[in-house]
Amino acid sequence: MGKTLVLGVIGADVHAVGNQILNYAFRDAGFHVVNLGVMVSQEEFIEAAIESAADAIVVSSLYGHGELDCQGFREKCDEAGLKGILLYVGGNIVVGKQPFTEVEKRFLDMGFDRVFGPGTTPEAGIAALRSDLRLEHDEADSAD
Amino acid sequence: MKPILLIDFGSTYTKVTAVDPETPRILGRAQAFTTAATDISEGLGHALGKLEGACGKLDFSVKLACSSAAGGLNMVVCGLVPSLTSKAARLAAFTAGAKVIKTYAYQLTNADLDEITRSKPDILLLTGGTDGGNSEVILGNARALAKAGGNFPVVVAGNRSAQEECAGILGRDGRAVYRAPNVMPEMNRLDIAPVQQILREVFLRNIIRAKGLSRASAILDDILMPTPSAVLDALTLLSEGTKKTKGLGELVAVDLGGATTDVYSIAKGHPSNPNVLLRGLPEPYAKRTVEGDIGMRYNARGILEAAGAERLAEQAGSPPEAVGEAVDRLRDNPARLPQTPEEESLDRALATCAMGVALGRHAGSLTRVYTAVGPVDEQTGKDLTRVGKLVVTGGALVYSDALGDIVRDAIAMQEPVSLTPRRLACAADRGYILSAMGLFLRVDREAAMQLLSQYLGKDEFDAAV
Repeated sequence: MGKTLVLGVIGADVHAVGNQILNYAFRDAGFHVVNLGVMVSQEEFIEAAIESAADAIVVSSLYGHGELDCQGFREKCDEAGLKGILLYVGGNIVVGKQPFTEVEKRFLDMGFDRVFGPGTTPEAGIAALRSDLRLEHDEADSAD
Repeated sequence: MKPILLIDFGSTYTKVTAVDPETPRILGRAQAFTTAATDISEGLGHALGKLEGACGKLDFSVKLACSSAAGGLNMVVCGLVPSLTSKAARLAAFTAGAKVIKTYAYQLTNADLDEITRSKPDILLLTGGTDGGNSEVILGNARALAKAGGNFPVVVAGNRSAQEECAGILGRDGRAVYRAPNVMPEMNRLDIAPVQQILREVFLRNIIRAKGLSRASAILDDILMPTPSAVLDALTLLSEGTKKTKGLGELVAVDLGGATTDVYSIAKGHPSNPNVLLRGLPEPYAKRTVEGDIGMRYNARGILEAAGAERLAEQAGSPPEAVGEAVDRLRDNPARLPQTPEEESLDRALATCAMGVALGRHAGSLTRVYTAVGPVDEQTGKDLTRVGKLVVTGGALVYSDALGDIVRDAIAMQEPVSLTPRRLACAADRGYILSAMGLFLRVDREAAMQLLSQYLGKDEFDAAV
């Protein structure tokens, strides 16, 4: 079985299209995707990751409130026993035009392993997952 | 064709029904006190004596039974996350007709294990992890349970990858272990029909013997299932109908007993408004819940606590202090029937509040979330607002002459966010037709449906509101 990802759009965010694209792209790349869809709370991400023994949680946010929604996520993962789980965030994660390096730093400080800005392609996410999960290029593909 | 005998071993009464499957019609019904403490076939004999007294000698071709005698089917369920596999396991146990003594989540502690051993469950249902997901917790729990006391059978229905190992660990010392497909094979997908079937079989094999019902099974073809499970099957048939006989459509049912309150819903429960977002674990189409803390006598105090003394007093038309004392008197004298007008209105108030609380817990609810694009409503559980039919069965409600008022007031006490039915027409199952037909439908679905529509058909429903 391939590596398991929990995927969803955090908070009160109803942007569904990007979520479907990522779901498709990750599956196509050989990952086992537990897609929670839109309007997902931190608790729902964590509970799904526990039951499915996920290798990574991939959080999307597109409506600008990502910073508020993501606060304390890493701490809650630690509390729930998901110590060291790979945590990604991406999208329009903050309000307005702020320099990405600053935004990235704030989310890295919050405990996210990788932060992706607007306009990131699914391939960039897939490449990062393969590298962080130490998959050979074709390993995820050949799984399942 | 020879008549068929249908038996319901209740905690108080053993009820027998003779059916002529050909016409089809009910030839007769009788009941006698259940004798679970001595030999259950004694009480059955008395009931059959009465039945033959009324209908003459009958030569039965098939004898089928369901039972809730000797406490029914008591289960402990264990899962991983409370809102996921633990909840799925609980729903599976309920739909199999069990009472759930307690639901556990995550790793079982030594204190949990002591508690489980002391609670002497008839069956323990062990779940946890989606297929290919977490197996550490279910394996750890299997190891812990293997070491704990008690020789209760265990049904393992968790992560497929850990099933075999769990069964091996648990079965080492001769414990009966059964395997069923995962109750939640992937996130937010329930698969409870197979485990339900296995729970029935385990009930049949182990529980019947343990509860001194085996002597009865010698004269029977089968003790098929726990009574609530038969009731759920009959309600499902009544709702869906057969190819020849139209069903009633979506419905709910309430069984208000002395110790517990059961609620059934045969309904999809999808959002009635297309803009509502569905959250959490999907719930079964035929769903049963048991409220173990509310009942008309033993748990009258629980009704007061769940509904609030003020509300109960308001319904009863007397001051809260007086209601509190009266409730405790009922709890201490569970056999007491109302004698005075005050006692009658208290019973009515208790029934109203019990039904209101139980319906509220069974149905789903809405939460409004404000988003950048405006408010969005999220639904958890089943939307039963459009369900229009209620069947009341068992215990306190079937003979009430105030049923319409009780139902109307129970609906009126719901919170606006609750997705309980808004308007219900009611019918009462006075002759215990549901449990009987839940058994009979295994022989002949069409005939069972015809009898159900005769006793609980469209015309039997009085508009309550």
